Amino acid sequence: MADQERVTLTVDGMEITVPKGTTILEAAKQAGVLIPHYCYHPGLPVAGVCRMCLVEIEGVPKLQIGCATPVAEGQTVRVNESEQAKHARQGVLEFLLINHPLDCPICDQAGECELQNYVFQEGRARTRYSPTYPKRFNPVEDFGGDVLYVPNRCILCTRCVRFMDHVAGEHVLNVSERGDRAYIGIHPQRQLDHPWAGNVVDLCPVGSLLSKDFLHKARAWELDHTPSVCTGCSQGCNVHLDTRAHSVVRVRPRSNAEVNKYFMCDHGRQTYRAMNRGDRIEAPLVAENGALVAADWDHTLARAAQILKGSSGTAVALVSPSVSTEALFLLKAVLNGFVMTGAFRVERADGEQPLAGITGLSLRSERAPNVAGATLLGYEESFDGALHAARQAAVVVVLDEDLDGVTSDMLKSSGNLIYIGTALPDVARSARVVLPVTNVAEEDGSFVNRDSRVQRYLQAKSGPGMARPAWWVLGELLAELGRGEPLGSAAEAFELLAAKERAFDGMSYERLDLKGVRVGKGTAAEVTA
Amino acid sequence: MGYPHQPHPRETLVLSEHFGESGARTYDGWVKRGGYRALEQALGMEPQAVIDEVKASGLRGRGGAGFPAGVKWDFMPKQKSKPHYLCCNADESEPGTFKDREIMRWTPHALIEGCAIAAHAIRAEVVYVYIRGEFTEPIAVMQQALDEAYAKGVLGKDVRGSGTSIDMYIHRGAGAYICGEETALMNSIEGKRGNPRIRPPFPAAVGVFGMPTTINNVETLTSVPHIMTRGAEWYKSLSLSSPKSTGTKLMSVCGHVAKPGNYEITMGFPMKDLIYDLCGGMSPGRTLKAVIPGGSSVPVLDREEAENCVLDYEGCVAAGTMLGSGGMIVFDDSADMVYQMMRIAKFYAHESCAQCTQCREGTAWTVRILQKILSGRGEMQDLDLLLDVGEMMTGKTICVLSDSCAAPVVSAVRKFGGEFEAYIKGARQPAVALV
Amino acid sequence: MHDASTHESVFDGKRRARLDKIMKRYPTKQAALLPALWMVQEAQGWVSDQAMAEVAGVLELTPAYVKGVVTFYTMYHQHPVGKYFIQVCTTTPCNICGAESVVEAFLRHTGCGELGATSKDGRFTVVEVECLGACGFATPVLVNDDFIENVTPETVSDLLERYR
Repeated sequence: MADQERVTLTVDGMEITVPKGTTILEAAKQAGVLIPHYCYHPGLPVAGVCRMCLVEIEGVPKLQIGCATPVAEGQTVRVNESEQAKHARQGVLEFLLINHPLDCPICDQAGECELQNYVFQEGRARTRYSPTYPKRFNPVEDFGGDVLYVPNRCILCTRCVRFMDHVAGEHVLNVSERGDRAYIGIHPQRQLDHPWAGNVVDLCPVGSLLSKDFLHKARAWELDHTPSVCTGCSQGCNVHLDTRAHSVVRVRPRSNAEVNKYFMCDHGRQTYRAMNRGDRIEAPLVAENGALVAADWDHTLARAAQILKGSSGTAVALVSPSVSTEALFLLKAVLNGFVMTGAFRVERADGEQPLAGITGLSLRSERAPNVAGATLLGYEESFDGALHAARQAAVVVVLDEDLDGVTSDMLKSSGNLIYIGTALPDVARSARVVLPVTNVAEEDGSFVNRDSRVQRYLQAKSGPGMARPAWWVLGELLAELGRGEPLGSAAEAFELLAAKERAFDGMSYERLDLKGVRVGKGTAAEVTA
Repeated sequence: MGYPHQPHPRETLVLSEHFGESGARTYDGWVKRGGYRALEQALGMEPQAVIDEVKASGLRGRGGAGFPAGVKWDFMPKQKSKPHYLCCNADESEPGTFKDREIMRWTPHALIEGCAIAAHAIRAEVVYVYIRGEFTEPIAVMQQALDEAYAKGVLGKDVRGSGTSIDMYIHRGAGAYICGEETALMNSIEGKRGNPRIRPPFPAAVGVFGMPTTINNVETLTSVPHIMTRGAEWYKSLSLSSPKSTGTKLMSVCGHVAKPGNYEITMGFPMKDLIYDLCGGMSPGRTLKAVIPGGSSVPVLDREEAENCVLDYEGCVAAGTMLGSGGMIVFDDSADMVYQMMRIAKFYAHESCAQCTQCREGTAWTVRILQKILSGRGEMQDLDLLLDVGEMMTGKTICVLSDSCAAPVVSAVRKFGGEFEAYIKGARQPAVALV
Repeated sequence: MHDASTHESVFDGKRRARLDKIMKRYPTKQAALLPALWMVQEAQGWVSDQAMAEVAGVLELTPAYVKGVVTFYTMYHQHPVGKYFIQVCTTTPCNICGAESVVEAFLRHTGCGELGATSKDGRFTVVEVECLGACGFATPVLVNDDFIENVTPETVSDLLERYR
């Protein structure tokens, strides 16, 4: 970076220095000035059509668009301090509203709508568009996939068209017609069913492109947004879980330049359904007279410890590659002393579904978020072998593996079964103890993506009943076994992991922050570099 | 088909000398009239020498912007590392303008010769002549002339043994005014929607197909052979006023004049004489009300302004308007300025490419306000609104289509406000029903 | 209404050869789009969705892209039109010279009744068009490819005789 030429300019009185070639709009962001805009998006080629980001540059007769004008040395840019620029923006807002239906009360975008926001911020109090004039009307169109087009709200920013053309690489949308008759069109024989097409809904600055899945499910202001990591595959796209009243209603991409830029795939968007499953284990269970009965945590944990203490020899751990790195690590610690076989399996889809315009971004065939974490911690993708080994094992611990396809026969002859999970498969009813844990939306934790990037996810909602995070359950169990103090947080669990596992050396939640750090880059020296 | 008027003695016939002569359309006929001498001369010169000659002549773009043609050519890279292109803008669509059509209909070889010289000067091997789709006859005439030019070795590989290769193709438009804007024209050639592009980059750096490109208007290119054969000094001498406006200009005069048509005048000619002397003035009993001198996209002049206006780039600016493409729309006292402004705004609303917000919405809104006034339901504040909407549409978009809609409307509200008020106050019967 | 099976291929044999020759004029296939669409209209009278898909296939574009372009240019018909497509200029210069009464005369004499409609006999469709670039010869009219100048309401009837 040091050899890059830098340019100093002033934006609304604030002096900033940015790399040469930066646009005024991006430079202004660094000065803390958000230049209002619609068509500009950092993940798309510049169109320069909404004309919202017009700014005054001293010495330049006409207003210039911030999104396409590069900074120049000594430039003085006025955004909010320019009456001329403000009047121009007010004009754009007024123009955008003349054909707009103003149906915010029934629009999904209300509350997170850039048209609403900017009009509220600096638009005219009243339109001067006569109520006697007709407004442009076009019927709502189902674009296919998950996308609904409401043309009456469209401001023709063309973000969706540019995304499909330049990022998805599939020219399936267009601008049709001209003038104020223009709308976003799709060829009648084609559908917007590209595996990444859902991004157009996020990119749409207004309520024109909507998710059918999310349609009328919630108002934007009722939602809480929690940073998380997508569980759909091993890519590890950064996401926000949007929750309302203890349920996740939507998953949206969270920008991370190193992983997913601004995007996520449609498969990932559907992962919220699993997070809201109703068939959850809500209380710890212990086997009493051949039946599982509810018990409190103290009793159950004591029983689990007792089983472990009373067993020796081999232990088999059947784990899911969708559980946290912390849980995977702690389970190893719990089974320390046994000859341990740790295994997982991954659902693999046929082929990958890349997002053509972004190198290294794809819906991966490995449909689990923590395959790399499990592998780093010594678990092997040898589920069938482990299942076979389970027949002779003294202890079998299942960590949220759904045991799909596993018959009771296969587990019958094995030793003591400890089941730790979110839901209880029938085949696991033979367990001695069942420890209910929270899912990804209900706890803090971390995953390691396929590029060895360790990324945190945060708790977005509460877990059901007495379910607890797996790191807590396993921490308590360790304490019960007399091998440590109970853990107070996922961060503590991670510190323990970082202290013990070389690959995570020097990492902490603080260092990971919300963008993550790659394994091998975790040492203090490398992080600060 | 004949040409509608005999040349007037006060015209300066350079480009239009052979208008109306069907013999001038053929290669042989053109050579007989001195054609293709300029090309041979230019091919014997270094490209830079051709550029310098055109620069010295003071020739400015005749499409509307008035940018010096030689300077534009000089922007092209001197070290040729990629293909260079020349685009001839024959998308003549500016209401009131119909001069390029006549050039192509009567003297197609003059244009081909001008294009070939320009191609040599900017080192372009390919020339696209972008002709609007409605010009069925000019397209046919031009195609025939091109075929002939190829057959005679004026075009193709090794033109006249010079080693220079020039290919020339007609690209037919399909109904879009905006394709006359140079970057929209390039997009249209590329098989895209005719959306104007953001500048920079400028066409000389990144033009059609991403290559260095020059775009010149038909009349500009047709002037070039004359500059070659008669010299820059001669061309510069064709100026009655400002030394910054040289040569002749084809003025298309239409509307309420006795003899509408194209008149070739020397730069600096008085508008008053053009209207009353050359064009025969108004119909009997009618008086001049207004003139839009540069195609419909420039401010309107009232009678007094028009009668004092000097027809060159500077003279029109001094009068508060622009020479533009030289398409003069003349209105007599029977014209309804409110209705005609609505009709002009409707044109721009129809032609807006839909990219920029101000243009897409502003042109259509302007039409609606004017229709409301015409329907008798207007209010006085609508006049202020027209001015403010016009201001919001001016100087803020990728191209000037938006400005072109605002300019005549705003100037008409200022200069002919009484007519607008007459509708608002009920002194005039409604002219349209409000839909 | 127009299902794919009824689409007769445009770019076979001679026309394909003609298009291939046109493509040589440009460094990209896409650039041959406007000429290709003209050829479609010449062959079929309008540009159907199926034809757009065919053009897309030939020029390695997508149907959606082609449609975006078709809808930009007003001379491409997106619906079938009458055998004679009549475009009357009504922009300001012609307008002040009486172009609107020329339109009325066309509507009356063709039996089209209203703008954009096709006469019952399928012969005529009349539309208003923005500036035809012949303002000094008001009112200019395009009947298919015939460019006719100085049309007045009085001359419309005789003019139409040529197309009956």
